[in-house]
Amino acid sequence: MAEMKDIVLQYVINEYLEDEDEVLSYDSPLISGGIVDSFSMVSLKRFLENKYKISIPDDKATPEAFDTVNKICTLVNEYLK
Amino acid sequence: MAYSDKIRGIYTGTLNEIKEKGIFKQERPIHSAQAADIMVEFPMGSDLKKVINMCANNYLGLSSHPDVIKAAHEGLDSRGYGMSSVRFICGTQDIHKELEAKVTKFLGTEDTILFPSCMDANAGVFEAILTGEDVMISDRLVHASIIDGMRLCAALHDTFKHSDMAHLEEKLQLHADKRLKVVITDGVFSMDGDTAKLDEMVALCEKYDAMLFVDESHSSGFIGKTGRGTHEKCGVVGKIDIITTTFGKALGGASGGCVSGRKELVEMCRQKARPYLFSNTIAPVVVSGVNVVLDILSKSTERRDKLEKNTEFWRKGLTEAGFVLKEGDTPIVPVMLFNAKLSQDFSKALYEEGVYAIGFFFPVVPQGQARIRTQVSAGHEIHHLEKALEAFKKVGKKFDILGKTKQEIIAKYGN
Repeated sequence: MAEMKDIVLQYVINEYLEDEDEVLSYDSPLISGGIVDSFSMVSLKRFLENKYKISIPDDKATPEAFDTVNKICTLVNEYLK
Repeated sequence: MAYSDKIRGIYTGTLNEIKEKGIFKQERPIHSAQAADIMVEFPMGSDLKKVINMCANNYLGLSSHPDVIKAAHEGLDSRGYGMSSVRFICGTQDIHKELEAKVTKFLGTEDTILFPSCMDANAGVFEAILTGEDVMISDRLVHASIIDGMRLCAALHDTFKHSDMAHLEEKLQLHADKRLKVVITDGVFSMDGDTAKLDEMVALCEKYDAMLFVDESHSSGFIGKTGRGTHEKCGVVGKIDIITTTFGKALGGASGGCVSGRKELVEMCRQKARPYLFSNTIAPVVVSGVNVVLDILSKSTERRDKLEKNTEFWRKGLTEAGFVLKEGDTPIVPVMLFNAKLSQDFSKALYEEGVYAIGFFFPVVPQGQARIRTQVSAGHEIHHLEKALEAFKKVGKKFDILGKTKQEIIAKYGN
C-alpha cells in the first residue's frame, strides 16, 4: 500500500503540477482543490488501470473517489482483490 | 411573468461580484473602420477619442483593404445579401465552392469545407469524425472553442502539458489501444503567441498512427515564408490531417471559418457536422471578400514581410523598455502583469495615453497570468508603434514595473 501511494503521488505530481514548488501530500484535495480537472481524471483512471491491471467501472470513478491519493489507493485496492 | 425579484437578485448578485473583483468586461464602441487608428467611444456616452489599435486580430491590415472592400461590393451586387439557407439545401453558390478550392490550394490540403465561424468548425469537427472508441489528446492551452468541441464528442479526452513532446508521447502510448487517436493543438497559441512544434508532432503521430489536428486561426496568412501557416514554418505542409482556421482574423477579418484536410474527414463534416448542417451559409459578401484576400496573399508576401518587421520592432522596443514578455516571434506579444486588476488599470491608463490594448485575466488565461495582449499588424506604420511604445513606457513607469521581474511585480501587486 505504501508503495502504491508513492507511485500514485508521483504520477499526480508529474502529470498535473505546473509549479514545481507546490507540495502535495497523500491527503491533498486533488479534484476539489482544482489540481486535477474532470478531463484530466481520465488519464489518471487509465494510468491506474494499466499499472495495476484492473478495470474501474465509470460509476465508481467519481470525483469524490479520486479526490486524494489515499482515497484513490483505497479504490484501487478494492479491485485488486 | 416568471422573472421574479428572486431570480433577478441572483443575477445582479453574481454581476456585482464580478464588478467587485475588478474584472467586469465592458464593450468600447468603435465609430470607424478597423485600422491602426480608430475612433473609440469609451466609456459609453463619452466623446470620441482617436487611439492606436494594438489589440486587433487584423494581422495583415486587410480588414479595410480597398481591393477587399471592392470585391465585397461586387459580391453583394452579383450574388445578393443573404442566402436564407444552410449549405446543403440551397445555400451553396459558385463562390462558396471557389473559396473552398482556393483555401485547399493555399493550405496545401486535400479538401475544405466552410463553416459560419472557426468556433463552429471546432465545435463540429470532432463529433463528426470520432466515436466513443477513439481518443482526443490535446495540448493544455488549446483555444476554448476546441475544448467546447471536445466536450460535444463521445471520444475519450486526455491532455498533455503545453508543448511537452515527451508527455505527448507518454499519452500516445497510454492510449495505444484506441481505434483512432487525434493529437490536437493550436498552430500559434492565441494568448501566449508561441508556436506549436508541428515537425515533432508529425513525427510522433506517424510513429503512433495518430492523426494531427491544428487550429491555424492565429497563423493563416502570415506564419511561414509565404504565410501558409505554422505547418509551412515547420516544414510539414501536406502532413497535417485536419486544419481549422478563420477568415475573421488575418484573412479579411469579417467572419467565417473552415475545416481543411484529408478528403474523407472533410466529407464526414459535410455529412455530420452539426454547425454546418444547422447553421446558415456564409454570406456572399464575405465569401467574395475572402476570395480576393487569398488572391492578394498568393501573389505577394509583401504584407506578411512587413508584419514580420513590425513585430521585430515592437518586441525589441518593449524588451528594451524593461517589460516582462512571453517569449516568441509571432505578432502576438503578451506584456505580463500577472495581477487581474493591474491588467485592467494598465489598459485604462494606456487608453488615456491614446493606445487601445485590452487586459486579459482568468478564465481567459490561467490564474495569476494576467496580461496586456498586444497584437502587431501590417497596417501599423513605424510611427504608430513608436507612439504606442512611448505610451507603454509612460504607463509602465507610472505603475513602477519597468525593469522589474515576475517575482517583483507579483510581490508589489499580488497574482
